[in-house]
Amino acid sequence: MARLREVAVIGAGMTVFASRLMETGKELAWEAAKQALDEAGLSLEDVDAVVLGTAPDAFDGIHKKGENLLDGAGGANRPYMRVYTGGGTAVMAPIAGWWHVASGLFDIVLVVCEEKMSSARPHAQSVFAHIWDPILDRPLKPNLVWIFAMEMQRYMHVYNVKKEDIALVSVKNKRNAVDHPCAQLADPKITVEDVLNSEPMALPVRRLDISPPSDGASALVLASLDVARELVPDRIVTIDGVGWCIDTTMWTNRDLAFPKFLARAAQQAYRMAGIKDPAKEIHVAEPYDPFNYKELQHMEGLLLCEPGEAAKLTREGVTQRDGRLPVCPSGGLLGVGNPIAATLGIKVGEIYWQLARKAGKRQVKNDPVTGVAQAWGDLMQFSSVIVLRRR
Amino acid sequence: MRWDREPEIEMKMRGREVAIIGVGYTNFNSVTPDLSWKELTFEAAVRAFEDAGIDPRRDVDSFITCAEDYWEGFAIFDEFTPDQLGGALRPMVTVAGDGLQGLATAYMQISSGLFDIVVVEAHSKISDLLTYEDVVLLAFDPVYEAPLGGHPYYVAGLEMREYLEWTGTTEEECAAVVAKNKGNALRNPLAPFGARVSTDEVMSSPYLFDPLKELEIAPLADGAIVFVLAEGELARRLSDKPVFLEGIGWWSESPWIGSRFPDAEYARRAAQAAYQQAGIKDPLGELDLVEVDDRFAYKELQHLEALGLARPGEAGQLLLEGALGRDGELPVNLSGGSLGMGDLVEAGGLARALEIILQLRGEAQGRQVDEPEVGLAQSWRGVPHGTGAVAIFRRC
Repeated sequence: MARLREVAVIGAGMTVFASRLMETGKELAWEAAKQALDEAGLSLEDVDAVVLGTAPDAFDGIHKKGENLLDGAGGANRPYMRVYTGGGTAVMAPIAGWWHVASGLFDIVLVVCEEKMSSARPHAQSVFAHIWDPILDRPLKPNLVWIFAMEMQRYMHVYNVKKEDIALVSVKNKRNAVDHPCAQLADPKITVEDVLNSEPMALPVRRLDISPPSDGASALVLASLDVARELVPDRIVTIDGVGWCIDTTMWTNRDLAFPKFLARAAQQAYRMAGIKDPAKEIHVAEPYDPFNYKELQHMEGLLLCEPGEAAKLTREGVTQRDGRLPVCPSGGLLGVGNPIAATLGIKVGEIYWQLARKAGKRQVKNDPVTGVAQAWGDLMQFSSVIVLRRR
Repeated sequence: MRWDREPEIEMKMRGREVAIIGVGYTNFNSVTPDLSWKELTFEAAVRAFEDAGIDPRRDVDSFITCAEDYWEGFAIFDEFTPDQLGGALRPMVTVAGDGLQGLATAYMQISSGLFDIVVVEAHSKISDLLTYEDVVLLAFDPVYEAPLGGHPYYVAGLEMREYLEWTGTTEEECAAVVAKNKGNALRNPLAPFGARVSTDEVMSSPYLFDPLKELEIAPLADGAIVFVLAEGELARRLSDKPVFLEGIGWWSESPWIGSRFPDAEYARRAAQAAYQQAGIKDPLGELDLVEVDDRFAYKELQHLEALGLARPGEAGQLLLEGALGRDGELPVNLSGGSLGMGDLVEAGGLARALEIILQLRGEAQGRQVDEPEVGLAQSWRGVPHGTGAVAIFRRC
């Protein structure tokens, strides 16, 4: 691999995650973009190009939603590009931002991710009726929750993981979210029993196993390392590894217990970052946690532990903010909310804030130097991975 | 005049060289009931890999598809992209944009040093869409614009009227674009809409969106196109006729229809960036042929002017003088353009680029120009948007 131009994160911002019917997607996008620019000490005029991430157009009912959002995201009158990998967009958009800078074409790139799910009626789930193969899947009238119930069951069965241990993830993340100013479903008093006794959705999935649909936006400002050294010399956080991978469309042909596509994406990112033993060299992680079992499965896919071992680490407290490997210190999707692409702010944004020592009450105790953020999407088949490092 | 108002935008240093080493494509047709979009893509992909002499499962580092959910009739179309390209368990991303924006993405992935071989795919299966104009209307602002209803191409009619008044271009000059492009299409076996029509016949076709006439609107078509791109040195090793992607720019204006001037600023700014990267100072003197978006006949003239190939209002005169024809000073849309090959939605940009590549490789058969070295392809994302891209190609 040729020598790559180095790219830094110099600012991040995000809106409150909640149902925000009174605001347009453009307004949400700009709120997040402005925060990120403010943190970087820049204005929109300084931005060379904009990358947008947003998931299905059907949530808003707007065709070519990226074009519609572009002035809100700061993309009007400049080069503007939208990338799209379903739920994986949250980490794919900053990867696209990375190649905009690393290619040498641009010095300062604004990455904005926006999602507005509340406008989908009666519920955002209705949009997911249109994600299936029209011949093989759609006649069965599948629903995402029961697909994930099958995957969760498979994961529990193959690795002999107990529901109680999985419930601990919801407890940890919803408690972590208490310290996040943007959180939608934080709960300082939640217990394992609350999760286990919550309303059944499609067993074994219960209500408190799932993250909530949400509205919100997040943004990052990326810059070449030279520019970053001038603008934010006190906090140089670079993107040292990027990786992404998609598996076959045919979900019935995949191993539902271990996410091989994620392991490949992670290996790509680690190789680029020069990481040989991720379990030791990664100090803080933000794996995608739309369901509590996904945090465990994604820790394993990220090669932070052996397959089936994440539940044990969670039980032992290793993944708490004061543990050896803090996981989802933001509160994750389970606690802060799941506005699909906009979870950028609690994945890459959170790792940046942790490494820049700007996470406030959420700051983890092990003074991390290297962190990893991951998102997961499409039809349980795609992952994107970013490794950040403090210099 | 806004023509020379804005400051130069600055494109930065260039990374590694990038070249196209393989192209594959299906036929283009107004309907393809016998093939799914996956089969169309597969056919184009197999041909592209054969052309490049590579094995997608062994040699390709990354795949890119250019698609929009609503054209495809899915939420999250990205799910359905990998298998027909050989992209399963590989890096793959959907660009919600035109094929040239996908090409820009591939360019950045290679020039950054991340990857050596990248595949870009775009397709149209627009014949599956039974409510085309309703779907286009959903791209309008849902509060201020979409409720006005009507066929969305009224926006093109309004813009054409404004363009004619601003530049002094005549309706006859726009009609002559159709005669030229449909005539060019007769020499392109890939173009289903070739015809010998006169400017008078175009002029007498009915006004659909006054002053836009029926024959001035590109008919929709299906098809798929796949490009294989490689890092420059590798490209020279793998291919005996690599075509270098020397410049690529893209630009978005405001999404608000009412706030845009009819000068296709998106094309001008995208071209500025691409010219700067490619080191082109005198486009008219240095380009041997161009392919521009002509989904509406007037757009060809407007785009040529935005690209700096004619002053505003002069493209039509150049056309009437024969300068843009096959034997002219600057052949434009020798492929037949969208008027001759069909409006391929997100694949339109790759269709324009395909013609440039075939010409630069000397493979354009009956429409081949004499030893061209540099060509330009330009795309526009269509009504109601102000987004476009420009790519500049050079023969090795």
